[in-house]
Amino acid sequence: MTEVRVSVAGVTVRFGAVAALSRVDIDVPAGERRAVIGPNGAGKTTLLNVIAGELRPTEGLVHLGEQDATPLPAWRRARLGLGRTFQRSTLFDQLSVAENVTLAVRARLHGGWRFWPARERAVNTEVEGRLEAGGIAHLARRRAAGLGHGERRILEIELALAAVPSALLIDEPMAGLSGAERRLTLERLQALPEDVTVVIVEHDLDAVFALAQRISVLDHGVKIADGTPAEVRANPRVQEVYLGAI
Amino acid sequence: MIRGRFRAAWRPGLLAILTLALASVPMWAPRFWIYIATQALIFAIFAMSLDFLLGYAGLPSFGHAAFYGVGAYACALLALRQVDGLIPLLVVGAAAGALIAAPIGALSLRTTGIYFLMLTLAFGQMLWGLAVNWTSLTRGTDGLIGIPRPTLAGLDALNISLYERGPFFFLCLVVAILTFLLLEMLARSPFGKTLEGIRDNERRMRALGYPSFRYRLAAFVIAGSIAGIAGSLAAMSNGYATPDLLYWTVSGLALVAVVVGGARSLIGPVLGAFAVLFGQLGLSTYVPRWELILGTLFIAFVLFVPRGLVGLVRRA
Repeated sequence: MTEVRVSVAGVTVRFGAVAALSRVDIDVPAGERRAVIGPNGAGKTTLLNVIAGELRPTEGLVHLGEQDATPLPAWRRARLGLGRTFQRSTLFDQLSVAENVTLAVRARLHGGWRFWPARERAVNTEVEGRLEAGGIAHLARRRAAGLGHGERRILEIELALAAVPSALLIDEPMAGLSGAERRLTLERLQALPEDVTVVIVEHDLDAVFALAQRISVLDHGVKIADGTPAEVRANPRVQEVYLGAI
Repeated sequence: MIRGRFRAAWRPGLLAILTLALASVPMWAPRFWIYIATQALIFAIFAMSLDFLLGYAGLPSFGHAAFYGVGAYACALLALRQVDGLIPLLVVGAAAGALIAAPIGALSLRTTGIYFLMLTLAFGQMLWGLAVNWTSLTRGTDGLIGIPRPTLAGLDALNISLYERGPFFFLCLVVAILTFLLLEMLARSPFGKTLEGIRDNERRMRALGYPSFRYRLAAFVIAGSIAGIAGSLAAMSNGYATPDLLYWTVSGLALVAVVVGGARSLIGPVLGAFAVLFGQLGLSTYVPRWELILGTLFIAFVLFVPRGLVGLVRRA
């Protein structure tokens, strides 16, 4: 697997008169766990959408590894090894859990350009292994639409992991999860190979401090702090934004 | 598990009954009925290709008749130049359908939903206008007439002529079965599953690395070429090709057949095509404003039988 550095430089995103992001620079070296935190509306998900290629920045550049990814569509960035999860689970609701994971594994192994019902042994074996590892093998034949919230969040992460990304963007994985589900999700994220670059947006600060090596803080679309967890905790502007809760 | 097996069993059963029933038609049906059944089979091929777009790829095309009509004209033009082989005439229809579908798809597929529907409708009507006005090629509203029926090497030796209703009906039945098998294979393939993934959640598919536009375009071109084959058969069957074949009402009638029969099933459009054509025939004989009744039936199906005739069979 290639190592992928993720960086945005001078990124501004304007929606009409509103600037969702203003000249944000964030540079995540390959293999680093980076958390992006900030109050609601700070521009965290916008930042992930810019990195993933769903949103073109009004100004600024996105780099994946050494490559300028700014003009590339989302699917090309995925081919460069970029994976992501979504804040609101976006699964294939009409398909079974196993079929969901199959689409992710197949994308990596040989894509969908086969016009006959192929047997795909390699794909099926890997899908079974991944369902086991994610603790959702018992749900394999259930339709995604019928899953509970926690199960959906876990499948959401498994879909992203099945693409075996070199860099992974994770959007609020803990939102709405129970205590046990949080622990399971945290373990799953901590077990990611060390060379995977991770950018995680999360409100659960316990999870953030357990995972992140560095933290970037956004407020109203502006980066107000960037540093190790200890530095960010000590930063007076961050304390102001978080009213001392950090 | 047991329920799953029952669910899987209804389909081959229905297919077998349908095939046997259709194959027996020339043995008992009056000549006029054989003619209508032939028309319905051709329309069924056309509707199946639309179901592949609508049911599997999730693309509500309202201009599908463009490829049907273009296929018919391509076949007619070639047939009037003394080419009478069945295979070349079907191939030219398929190629013409695909050739026109590629640019129309490339432009229309930049939009989705209602905008896609409106764009395909607009392109379809543009081609209809072309068929009316490009008189040096199409002879305008008069159409191309006097298209001979095709020949097939083996059939001549057996002394079977496609000018007779029975053999021509069987030809259409064979093409319909082959179309069904081809589309069924595509639907079950990784390609078909990819299309369904894109239909359900394009954003996620792109995030996984699937170039969704290319897959949709491939589906659009495949459906266009099959519609072109149906058009070729229509030209051979009628002996003429007129602009009517490209008119938006033909696209609309195919959509009705797909929805009434049951989308995302490939069998549904076949049932729908027969229901619509025989319904049209029966109603128009006795009721002056039969479109009103057809429209009411369509609305009733959309509201109360969303899975169409196939859904009813399945429940029974």
